[in-house]
Amino acid sequence: MPRPPVEAFARKLAQSTTDSVRRATTGASNARVATLDRTFKDPGSARHHAAAIKDYVLDHLGELLQQLEANCTSHGIRVHWAVDSASANEIIVGICRSAAPDGAIVAKAKSMATEEIHLNHHLEAAGFTPVETDLGEFIVQIDHDTPSHIVAPIIHKNRFDIAKSFEREKLGPYTEVPEELAMQARGHLRESFKSATIGVSGVNFAVAETGRLVIVENEGNNRLSTTAPRIHIAVMGIEKVLPREADLPLFLRLIAGSATGQRATTYMHGVLAPRRSDEPDGPDEVHLVLLDNGRSAVLHGDYREILRCIRCGACQNTCPVYRQTSGHAYGHVYSGPIGAVLAPALEGITAMGHLAKSSSLCGACEEVCPVQIPIPRMLLQLRDEAFRAGVARDSAPWSVYAFGATHPSTWRAGLKMLPLAEATPVPHPLKSGWGEFRELPHRRGRHFRAWWADRP
Amino acid sequence: MLTCLCDAFFGEVGIAAVRMLEHVGCTVEFNNAQTCCGQPPYNAGDWDSARKIADHAKRVFAGSDAPIVCASASCTAMLREGYALLYPGEPHVQAYELSEFLLTKMNVTEWPLLDPAPKVAFHRSCHGRGIHLGDSAERLLQMAGVQLIEFGATDQCCGFGGAFSVTHPKVSGEIGMEKLNRIRESGATEIVSGDMGCLMHLGGLIEKQNLMLRTRHYAELLAEAIPAKEAKLATPAG
Repeated sequence: MPRPPVEAFARKLAQSTTDSVRRATTGASNARVATLDRTFKDPGSARHHAAAIKDYVLDHLGELLQQLEANCTSHGIRVHWAVDSASANEIIVGICRSAAPDGAIVAKAKSMATEEIHLNHHLEAAGFTPVETDLGEFIVQIDHDTPSHIVAPIIHKNRFDIAKSFEREKLGPYTEVPEELAMQARGHLRESFKSATIGVSGVNFAVAETGRLVIVENEGNNRLSTTAPRIHIAVMGIEKVLPREADLPLFLRLIAGSATGQRATTYMHGVLAPRRSDEPDGPDEVHLVLLDNGRSAVLHGDYREILRCIRCGACQNTCPVYRQTSGHAYGHVYSGPIGAVLAPALEGITAMGHLAKSSSLCGACEEVCPVQIPIPRMLLQLRDEAFRAGVARDSAPWSVYAFGATHPSTWRAGLKMLPLAEATPVPHPLKSGWGEFRELPHRRGRHFRAWWADRP
Repeated sequence: MLTCLCDAFFGEVGIAAVRMLEHVGCTVEFNNAQTCCGQPPYNAGDWDSARKIADHAKRVFAGSDAPIVCASASCTAMLREGYALLYPGEPHVQAYELSEFLLTKMNVTEWPLLDPAPKVAFHRSCHGRGIHLGDSAERLLQMAGVQLIEFGATDQCCGFGGAFSVTHPKVSGEIGMEKLNRIRESGATEIVSGDMGCLMHLGGLIEKQNLMLRTRHYAELLAEAIPAKEAKLATPAG
């Protein structure tokens, strides 16, 4: 039987990569706990409150999106509806073409929605030059790599890897000092901002009540991407809408604390409109692309709560499997616990259902989730669905096991024969899978049933 | 409920659990027709097989009004949470993890002291997290004078995950080794936990690597603290 992709990937992963991932995720997890404890009197009830707001959003998604569209439109933001990634790419490329028929530089702020639709690929195919302006995403781009974490895209790299990449790209004299590397990237990217006609960003929260698009970041590149170019295109998954401005403080604290262990992100932008005639700066056009791409279907199924996700990455940071493997092991833009549910939910059980098996079901993800997504429960439901669909079935003869477990005398006789099975030289998956790293268990002490039967 | 692992390998844990329950005045029933809770096929996604086993378990336990107690958070979670998913809309099964039952149902506030007091590293099982056990087993151990050695990752997964340990042996083993390394750095020589699944996994790694660590269920420690005279009543010779 072939190894599951996550296990196969882990086996060829360099120790230095595992070390980088483990160090970064452990640090982020510790910072998360410390910050949320300082920010909230009761982090548990804050998470509960946030989950309730998100459930309200999911219950009223259609009307909230219409309200958002009406308010955005009234300020001059042009709203586009994209049913899938093909239509999203078509819309975005179309906007770019009408702004710059001969191609142009597109300054890109970090956005998982644009990763999901593989926008860079489509922009390049249409003759545009996307430049990732987030430091991590920039490194991903020059290395022709893919992000391995939804918040920290280069969590799988260390500064020595980055130093080599920058030297190769001739960004400046060779250095391994993180601050100097950052300055080299900054100098390089400044030129892109100056010459970019179009800026593309994601959206963290969009407030239906006012039509305000809220974006959080730490590097300032997002602000430049959304204000310096003449056109700003914001791409958001439809589930990112929030009902009221009053909901923002809770979510801004939760995302900063859960993602990076900050009490507040360094920057928080509110985009309400294009540049007005009396304003010196800002884009002439702001476009909002509302991306469905499978979300409406998820809304009405067993995995509905996955749409509460605010993309903080806390579940990835705490997941023992993610820590050993990095995001690339999952073979999808969304990796770790969130990816193991979101990938099959969006792309189908046949393509991605196997990811539900790549979990020890430890439940740490649910415990840290700022919106209390019951990920372990959904992983179990996905396993059930995958089994029925014949996807990623293990070789264990469960129907035989069930026969034994429903016939007590067979069960008891079988247990008596266990030491025999251990002694047989016949290879079986339990022995090879288990036995590669561990010894088989041995019976220890007395047998309970015999002891019970002999009691006076 | 005995649990399949204690049935197959770790009978002493079941015996210790019975002695603990009798020590606090419970009358323990054991139906010899019980087998497994159904979790292995449930986790594998074969819910038809899981339901067959769960049906059997429900029939076995329907014969008595007594609450079900398991010396395992894993089986308790299956009975309580797993069955709720297998049988939507049906009332939850009344099942308790042993330490939870002793603290919340029997209101245990003291336990005979172990002499000499052992120093152990306590591993919290992930299913304990799932059913919100918190520190119930640690509290019982502390009542018996056991010293718990801090190693900073008590609720970190051991990597077992049932069939996951067989389908993903490398990942699972590395997760377990990370835990064992933390425990070894703390100077502890004994790991105590409330789930034999975790201890079977950690024990298998320990044996393969020849590490100087032993594993025990907390019930085995706490049963040892029960005075011999009382124990004699409950334990036959041999």
